[in-house]
Amino acid sequence: MSVPQVAAAPVKKLGARGSGARGEARFAFLLLLPAALVVFGVVLYPVARTFVVSLFAVDSPLPGSYPFVGLGNYTRVFRDPDFYGVLGNTMYFTLVSTGAELILGTAVALLLNAPLRARWFWRSLVVLPWALPTIVNGALWRWIYNGQYGALNGLLEALHISSTPVQWLGSPFLALNMVIAADVWKNTSIVVFFILAGLQTIPSDLYEAARIDGASAWSAFWRLTLPLLAPSIAVVLVLRTIEAFKVFDIIYVMTGGGPASGTQTVAFYTYLQAFSNQLFGYGSALAYLIVVAVFALAMVYLRLLRQGQMAGVE
Amino acid sequence: MRHSRNYMIAIHVAAVVMAVVILLPFVWLVISSVSPATDLVSAHVHWWPAHPTLSRYQAIFSSSVGGGDNVAANFRLAMVNSLIVAGATTAISLTVGALGGYAFARLRFRMRRTSLFTFLTVYMLPPIALVIPLYLALANLHLLDSKIGLILTYCSIVTPFCLWTMSNYYLSLPADLEEAARVDGCSRLGALVRIILPLSRPGLLTTAMFGFLLAWDEFLFALIFTSTSNAKTIPVAIAEFTGKFSSDFGLIAAGGVLAAGPPVILALLSQRFIVGGLTSGAVKG
Repeated sequence: MSVPQVAAAPVKKLGARGSGARGEARFAFLLLLPAALVVFGVVLYPVARTFVVSLFAVDSPLPGSYPFVGLGNYTRVFRDPDFYGVLGNTMYFTLVSTGAELILGTAVALLLNAPLRARWFWRSLVVLPWALPTIVNGALWRWIYNGQYGALNGLLEALHISSTPVQWLGSPFLALNMVIAADVWKNTSIVVFFILAGLQTIPSDLYEAARIDGASAWSAFWRLTLPLLAPSIAVVLVLRTIEAFKVFDIIYVMTGGGPASGTQTVAFYTYLQAFSNQLFGYGSALAYLIVVAVFALAMVYLRLLRQGQMAGVE
Repeated sequence: MRHSRNYMIAIHVAAVVMAVVILLPFVWLVISSVSPATDLVSAHVHWWPAHPTLSRYQAIFSSSVGGGDNVAANFRLAMVNSLIVAGATTAISLTVGALGGYAFARLRFRMRRTSLFTFLTVYMLPPIALVIPLYLALANLHLLDSKIGLILTYCSIVTPFCLWTMSNYYLSLPADLEEAARVDGCSRLGALVRIILPLSRPGLLTTAMFGFLLAWDEFLFALIFTSTSNAKTIPVAIAEFTGKFSSDFGLIAAGGVLAAGPPVILALLSQRFIVGGLTSGAVKG
């Protein structure tokens, strides 16, 4: 059956290219139309509108005429001392949480790739924190960190490590780190999935060869596993960086940005400016700056994907 | 490959440590949900309640819808809202995503790459960039505090994700399937509906699960757009109650256990697909 088809196909394609290609394009258009309506019907207006609002000094949700300020809201962002504070918090959050998730996630993925008994059981466990809703995760850790009744202080006392209760969310820098710990506990799972998928593509005879060459497990990890994992690591690194840069939910439920704005991130600050202070124009400018930052990261991601594809072909 | 005894012991000890770190917070959530309020606020932490109580679960499932202050009843209504919103979002997004994803995987047309990137761009947009004008637009359409308003918004985020994962799934199917169907006289649509979609059941199920999880977990839009138990979802109900001073964590914990139920069960059921399904598209491109 396949032999005549292979012979006939090029001829048929040459003969019917015009109408066939047009038919294909029309079919593609019909298939994509519902998705385009569902997505762009909702998104296009807000994306354009946010930009327009960011050019005006809008300070209430009511319609009306507000003074045009051009890029004034944007230049104001860079003169806003609070903005640099929340930018610093966001960068710290992003660097520390992504770094910790990457190191822990790689370690757990290596463990789950090792010859464990009942491996499916251990792998199922890693799915759990990922599936826990972000808000429930935040509420749970807020309760664990509670200075008066929290389980963390209780555990430290029971283990005779410390009997003076610590207000884990009571001072700015400590609170930021504790929120990061809660975020890492949940989101390390995603890194594990990606690294595990990467590990499964490494052929095991490479290790066999390395072992015969006398390489120790340690040097096999640094010289073999890590370089071969580089594409997976790069992809998950950028994805987690984007997510961490947008962080809002866990801050809202754990600390509300406090104490003393110590855990405010750029997304949270934008929310406060727009919905607490009703500075919709200023908030829109902040939102657009987040979009620019996220897109810059997304470009890096796409470039990595393309390089990964090339590497895959070779 | 053979492994030494010490190596096998070491990796199992490490696995047990990992299990403890993962499970302890979950166990504490469940214990807190059945501990009497006096145990939760005593001077020393009670690791296990002397008199476990299911009263909070009873309250959530059976208390009558009185005023706006009945937190337990609000949790129940919020769960129902979340199920409706996430369910409808998943159904719509999966349908339009399964159709559109096929175009990206199998059909040649102009601007194919550009339009795919445009859809993915929407998926990457931070919600905070959309929420301000959407709030104003939904207010004009009288769709604030309605499930429809939330479903419309969520579909626009979940659909690009469904397009992407379904398109990757179709790419993993052998390409000559449609050829064979078309030789047998099927139309293009006929080949998709009768041959490809039935074969794509694993991909559809995995995509549906991720879509459901995305919608179930969403917080910012729900926080801004909803104000009563008409449309409030479970993350909003929990966050709201958590923020209140002197709140009963036992009730939050019971709500949290219920909110975690559907996604945890779904994730465990499809655990073996997650490593492949979530990552294949993103790694391979």
